[in-house]
Amino acid sequence: MNRKTFLALLARDARVARRNFLPLLVQTLLQPMLLVFVFGRVLTSSGMMPVAYKSLLLPGIIALSMLLAGIQSVAMPLIAEFQFTREIEDRLLAPIDVEWVAIEKILAGMLQALLAGLVVLPSAWLLVGKGVELELSHPLEFLGVVLLVALLSSAVGLTLGCSIGQTQIGLMFTIVVAPMIFFGCTYYPWSALAGFPILRRLVLLNPVVYASEGLRASLAPRFPHLPAVAVFAALAAFDLFFLLYGLRRFRRKAVG
Amino acid sequence: MPLAVRTEELRKVYTSPPPLAGPGRGFGSPVRLGRRERRQKVEIVALDGLSLDVRPGELFGLLGPNGAGKSTTVGVLTTRVRPTAGRAFIGDRDVWTDSVAVKRTIGVVPQRPNLDFSLTAREVLLFHGAYFGMAAADRSARARELLERFQLTDRAETLPVAFSGGMMQRLSIARAMMHDPEVLFLDEPSAGLDPQTRLMLWEIVRDYHKRGRTVLLTTHNMEEADDLCDRVAIVDHGRVIALGSPAELKRSVPGGYVIHIEVHPRPASLLRQLERLQGVTEARAAGENAIDLYADRGGPLVPEVVNLALLERVAIQDVRVSEPSLENLFLHHTGRSLRD
Repeated sequence: MNRKTFLALLARDARVARRNFLPLLVQTLLQPMLLVFVFGRVLTSSGMMPVAYKSLLLPGIIALSMLLAGIQSVAMPLIAEFQFTREIEDRLLAPIDVEWVAIEKILAGMLQALLAGLVVLPSAWLLVGKGVELELSHPLEFLGVVLLVALLSSAVGLTLGCSIGQTQIGLMFTIVVAPMIFFGCTYYPWSALAGFPILRRLVLLNPVVYASEGLRASLAPRFPHLPAVAVFAALAAFDLFFLLYGLRRFRRKAVG
Repeated sequence: MPLAVRTEELRKVYTSPPPLAGPGRGFGSPVRLGRRERRQKVEIVALDGLSLDVRPGELFGLLGPNGAGKSTTVGVLTTRVRPTAGRAFIGDRDVWTDSVAVKRTIGVVPQRPNLDFSLTAREVLLFHGAYFGMAAADRSARARELLERFQLTDRAETLPVAFSGGMMQRLSIARAMMHDPEVLFLDEPSAGLDPQTRLMLWEIVRDYHKRGRTVLLTTHNMEEADDLCDRVAIVDHGRVIALGSPAELKRSVPGGYVIHIEVHPRPASLLRQLERLQGVTEARAAGENAIDLYADRGGPLVPEVVNLALLERVAIQDVRVSEPSLENLFLHHTGRSLRD
């Protein structure tokens, strides 16, 4: 690996992100804030939901925001750059192995996912109002989960970005991303699916489940959640799978 | 020490429909195939055993019609296309196994500008320099100099999305020269440029070459190959069909001049009579109602041709005389015009 080139690629992405700072911020914040306001504020203050739901919702919202931020920041530019202009070649011709160009994208995506989590957590907390009880009893576990979720988001972004054409972006969100989120235990704990035995098992194939459950386990452990070992093992396995698969797809797409 | 560029028996077969934007592919939407068609494997032979030997410090041209394999050759030599068989070298480095070292020594101007559209023109150059490990001060000095030279200084802080085709092309070339590569590849550099910009481009390429650099360009423009290149390889159907300096190549066409005659009808006896005319080396049927006459003279032969046609009771519909050119050479080797 060529360190100077890698850092320059990273600096390039930072420059572009800085230039698009405002739209990025809106993109990161708006959807989670709307969700938090409706589910965490309107429904709880009207008494349709118990106040405790606020604390259950927040970790899920963070998982959701991180995933969307990571996927979008990697997949969207890649889809555009692989189009007929082959903008990606501007970077593929840099003196570095093709895989490292993809790894740089993954790292940049992870950083954006982490930043999204960092921005959404306090904003959501503020918006949701009184009655949130989050605790950080296992900071290392929290850190581990957050890093694995960030990697998951950008590795999934890489895979999607190398598999989808510009005309299918809308479809990607409707048939891939939306079901992953709604069946991803973001708004409810996995145990809430007890009455749906088949669905309960099926959703275990969805990596988002482990992201939400993992964050819930480390921030709001008093709610029922999957055991930490299962969360770590599953996240690590999904990360590895999407990383390797995404890199393979990237190489195939990059070199004709 | 300038570097040589070499390919050995390069073959490239696209087994799936080539990517929408693969090098050398046209625009178009993916075709929806029926089930039976989908089962059949698509095989497009882009390169069919192409061997090249570009000398160090040479300005070399690949000349051929669209789809001849020029862009694929450049794609392989610049690490962007994986060859199906054969090998390619820049200097003594294998392009496929030593691609990072190769990328360091080459600059590439692609057929369609693949600029980084999220950056301003200046940033495109600055980041390109950074990818190649240039120091910050060198980067900005070099970027300033190139922007000036390519008359882009007043647009340096704009995103190139808003640029005209010619400006994008200029920026692409500036980017390729940013890290001062040993070998410069230009794929159809003057396609779509206005004549003025084309002349400026030629000047810049010549200058670069004079500094002892190897330059390989592809073109389907005869004039460009003739004017710029030390040697030219004529490529068709993924193979080299003729190689030499433009002058040598032109001399190799029998007669040099081509007189294209459209007639109605075209009796075989006319072909034989024409071939007997003084100075005519070959008379060839071209298409259904035309004859290509290879000769050492052009205009002066026309009256004799007309006389013969009158004697044979053949109506002449059109006569075109072309002087010795690479175009004629291409026609001679392939039976097709470059513009077909």
